[in-house]
Amino acid sequence: MKANYGYLDGSGEYFITIDTDLCIKCPHHGCVDACPVNILEIITDDYDDEVAAVGEEHRKKLKYDCAPCKPISDRPPLPCVTACTPGAITHSW
Amino acid sequence: MTQEFWRWKEYNWRDETRDWKGAETITAGADVGSVSSQAVILVDGELYAYSNMRTGSDSPDSARKAMDWALQDTGMTMDDIHYIVGTGYGRVNVPFANRAITEIACHARGGNLMYGPTVRTILDMGGQDCKAIRCDERGKVTNFLMNDKCAAGTGRGMEVFADLLAIPIEDVGDLSLDVDEEPPPVSSTCVVFAKSEASSLLREGWSKKRVLAAYCSAMAHRVVTLLERIGVEKDFAITGGIAKNSGVIIRLEKELGLESLKSKYDTQIAGGLGAALFAKTLLEKQRKSA
Repeated sequence: MKANYGYLDGSGEYFITIDTDLCIKCPHHGCVDACPVNILEIITDDYDDEVAAVGEEHRKKLKYDCAPCKPISDRPPLPCVTACTPGAITHSW
Repeated sequence: MTQEFWRWKEYNWRDETRDWKGAETITAGADVGSVSSQAVILVDGELYAYSNMRTGSDSPDSARKAMDWALQDTGMTMDDIHYIVGTGYGRVNVPFANRAITEIACHARGGNLMYGPTVRTILDMGGQDCKAIRCDERGKVTNFLMNDKCAAGTGRGMEVFADLLAIPIEDVGDLSLDVDEEPPPVSSTCVVFAKSEASSLLREGWSKKRVLAAYCSAMAHRVVTLLERIGVEKDFAITGGIAKNSGVIIRLEKELGLESLKSKYDTQIAGGLGAALFAKTLLEKQRKSA
């Protein structure tokens, strides 16, 4: 399942997509610790799979919460994407 | 008394031909949404009763009232229900639920029953959010996207317009289609700004029908943008209150170039129905392992 967390507003689209089919294969979920602002958490989803998800309190302010990892120039690789060994995490912006 | 044009009709329904006594499974779903609450009761997996009413400021109370109304005149009590799943915005506040499941999974499951196993894309246009869901032939979610930050493209946005134009909400869709020429959509994305824009258009001499057409068109366009993010695969279906608004649905279908499936079920009960179906599966699982 592709879980898109985030929103679309007048300024753009801000979604973090987690491919849970890939995520469930990951034994250590390094993405959770890699995020400097603790956006990600491990949940048991509706189909009883343990997967990473964007925390409820961050879903409506991703543009701002993710900003420290997204400088305008010389953007380094995103820590959550780098730590996600199965390649399950993508950002829309 | 001032007429509340945004206020839609609350109702309940039950299958009077069916006798629930002696049923093997009686399950229920309580969908406490941000604007409306539904309780759906299934008897041996078949729809038996439901209610649809406005959500109050107290979610547990709304869930209880919706369930009581669905049970009304059935002779059934809450104790007769074997398993209840809570869903929707207030799902964690359904005091009598055995489990809470997100409305995304429930809409996919409910949509699968309402529209058949060929449905692959479900658009739930709810009271204060809009969900685009892709699912498989069993009604399992394969991709989803929810927009609950902005009221554009939601039932609440439509209620605001019904009130502004003093047109009963049930009439909005048909009236918006009664225009000679399709006007350009209102340009504002935000409902608050769209309302200001509509006031300006009225002052410029636009008819109410034309303003409604412009708003329905903007709403349809807004939702199409959301759908395009996850991709639309046939068959396509729409759930939620806005599915009853022909003005939005016809424009949406036109923009997508795709006709949505129609169902004999009430589109507003999709979430509750899905929750009741989940309840049935969970009950059977529980009985098997006991």
